[in-house]
Amino acid sequence: MNNDKLIIGGREFDSRFILGSGKYSLNLIEAAVKDAGAEIITLAVRRANTKDRENILDYIPKGVTLLPNTSGARNAEEAVRIARLARELGCGDFVKVEIMRDSKYLLPDNQETVKATEILAKEGFVVMPYMYPDLNIARDLVNAGAAAVMPLASPIGSNKGLATKDFIQILIDEIDLPIIVDAGIGKPSQACEAMEMGAAAIMANTALATAGNLPLMAQAFRQAIEAGRKAYLAGLGRVLTRGASASDPLTGFLRN
Amino acid sequence: MENKFFVDSEFLSEAALERKHRLETDPTFRKNHMEYMPGMEKIESDVCDDVLAHMNSYDYSKYTAKDVKAALEHETCSIEDFKALLSPAAEPFLEQMAQRARLETSKHFGNTVYLFTPLYIANYCENYCVYCGFNCYNHINRMKLSTEQIEHEMKVIADSGMEEILILTGESRAKSDIQYIGEACKTARKYFRMVGLEIYPVNTDEYRYLHECGADYVTVFQETYDADRYEQLHLLGHKRIWPYRFDAQERALRGGMRGVAFSALLGLADFRKDALASALHVYYLQRKYPHAEMSLSCPRLRPIINNENINPLDVHEKQLCQVLCAYRIFLPFVGITVSSRESAEFRNGIVKIAATKVSAGVSTGIGDHESKYSGKETEDTQGDEQFEIDDNRSLTKMYKDISDEGLQPVLNDYLYV
Repeated sequence: MNNDKLIIGGREFDSRFILGSGKYSLNLIEAAVKDAGAEIITLAVRRANTKDRENILDYIPKGVTLLPNTSGARNAEEAVRIARLARELGCGDFVKVEIMRDSKYLLPDNQETVKATEILAKEGFVVMPYMYPDLNIARDLVNAGAAAVMPLASPIGSNKGLATKDFIQILIDEIDLPIIVDAGIGKPSQACEAMEMGAAAIMANTALATAGNLPLMAQAFRQAIEAGRKAYLAGLGRVLTRGASASDPLTGFLRN
Repeated sequence: MENKFFVDSEFLSEAALERKHRLETDPTFRKNHMEYMPGMEKIESDVCDDVLAHMNSYDYSKYTAKDVKAALEHETCSIEDFKALLSPAAEPFLEQMAQRARLETSKHFGNTVYLFTPLYIANYCENYCVYCGFNCYNHINRMKLSTEQIEHEMKVIADSGMEEILILTGESRAKSDIQYIGEACKTARKYFRMVGLEIYPVNTDEYRYLHECGADYVTVFQETYDADRYEQLHLLGHKRIWPYRFDAQERALRGGMRGVAFSALLGLADFRKDALASALHVYYLQRKYPHAEMSLSCPRLRPIINNENINPLDVHEKQLCQVLCAYRIFLPFVGITVSSRESAEFRNGIVKIAATKVSAGVSTGIGDHESKYSGKETEDTQGDEQFEIDDNRSLTKMYKDISDEGLQPVLNDYLYV
């Protein structure tokens, strides 16, 4: 268990909980990072401030890896420009590509995401694309040089959990990169379930931001993610889906 | 039409007064409000027909408590549900609506509240809109800021910490032409992360030019979606042309703007129908331009210089809150802006329920930010205000008050790309 590291872009992480920072008060970020045990925190470049007041960078503890995102981008070109700006601002080489051509559901545009991933990977970024879970696109992202794949569980902010469960499972089974479940995880139990399935990590924001007690919810998520990871590593036991199974083997008649 | 809107100024010539009275009393003296003037671009769009079909057939008296309860139980709010939530039958359910609205707001916006301030750069106007302080027959100090003055005002505002600005003008193409507004946008880009415009509606190529100058968001208030009522209130000028105004947001999006904002001025006509039409205007345009950002405002009539009697009629705070909750439940993803027309108490309450953007450090006059922000007396002339505001809080005070409510004030959430 001690050697169970999450490796993204050659960097090792002990925590499998990635925190979003977009929806809650800045002075709670530090507490959230501490209680969640998170080592990666996302940052909307469009929110990053050049002025003194409320500079989000001041609230992020040292040693935490910043994951700037390209939110606000409507196509690959805009995402690339935002990623380059993040690097200029000193946010490092990690980037979460988010491209939304839809203001209502904020669903990612998979085609544009592949394009942006390819350009940014060539420029040396560690690219973590947010995507709608589609196997063919996930393969394209691998070929484009992505460092991880971040499929959505359900519409962003919805707290609805693993609505795309079967398709995320396919990505976990078929894609050799870390699959990080992003968007829609509303409860620790849902995070745990995704981890049991073999997800490499969980990203959450709204679930924490809208909790009654943010630090306590951060702890709950941390424990749920750890529990799910342990269960996955242990190998889930037999799960009965309907009724009891026959105790006599069906193949007992076979002689040799 | 209520006579209380009409005020004669002693400074008007006899000929001007005669023309004003004739406009007010003789509909045949007024231009056809549905006919485009020369130079106005006409675009092909079904959005208007869709919105009007719903508005014209909306009979809010037929909705009952049962419809409202059903609407609140549905996970997604249909147009029919929205109509129930806007109806008088929903008034007893205001608290339940607020609870649901808060849930939707937090899903989409978390705890964030965006801050901005308006900057009026000119108050010349060629329109006669009977309820507006800038109307061409109202005797007020007119002014247009020079390039240097605009830059000075922007510096003062930027120094206060503000990062989003909304540039406004009176509606005079002659006094405030596109070039002039474009230059203001270029200056604003130096000081602000986000530049919005609330100016007279223009053609697509002009919106494109203004976008290239740095503007990224366009606000146009339809005032009322009831074209017949509109005709009685907007008696003269380009603004009289109702359909050209209706299509302004669509032209702005075609011109490359990131987002557009909408509103009716509640209190001019039947506010329930106007609220329905405003939200459906957003709804149908979002379906057509899914990438665009959309926001709704909810201004109510306010007193103006020389006419204290203008007020929001039957739209009390309860009704306003009902409208805002209904907007939020029907359109969970849209920004909702509540301006300083409303009181500090109302704004403190509504940001916890439905609003996602408020103004601070507001002046609706021209060239008076330095005196308002620093208390410094100035010998420069200042232009009069469009309407009286209620909430006078500075950015610092607003920032603190929002933080104290447990919310996160956000000064910028935009990148101009």
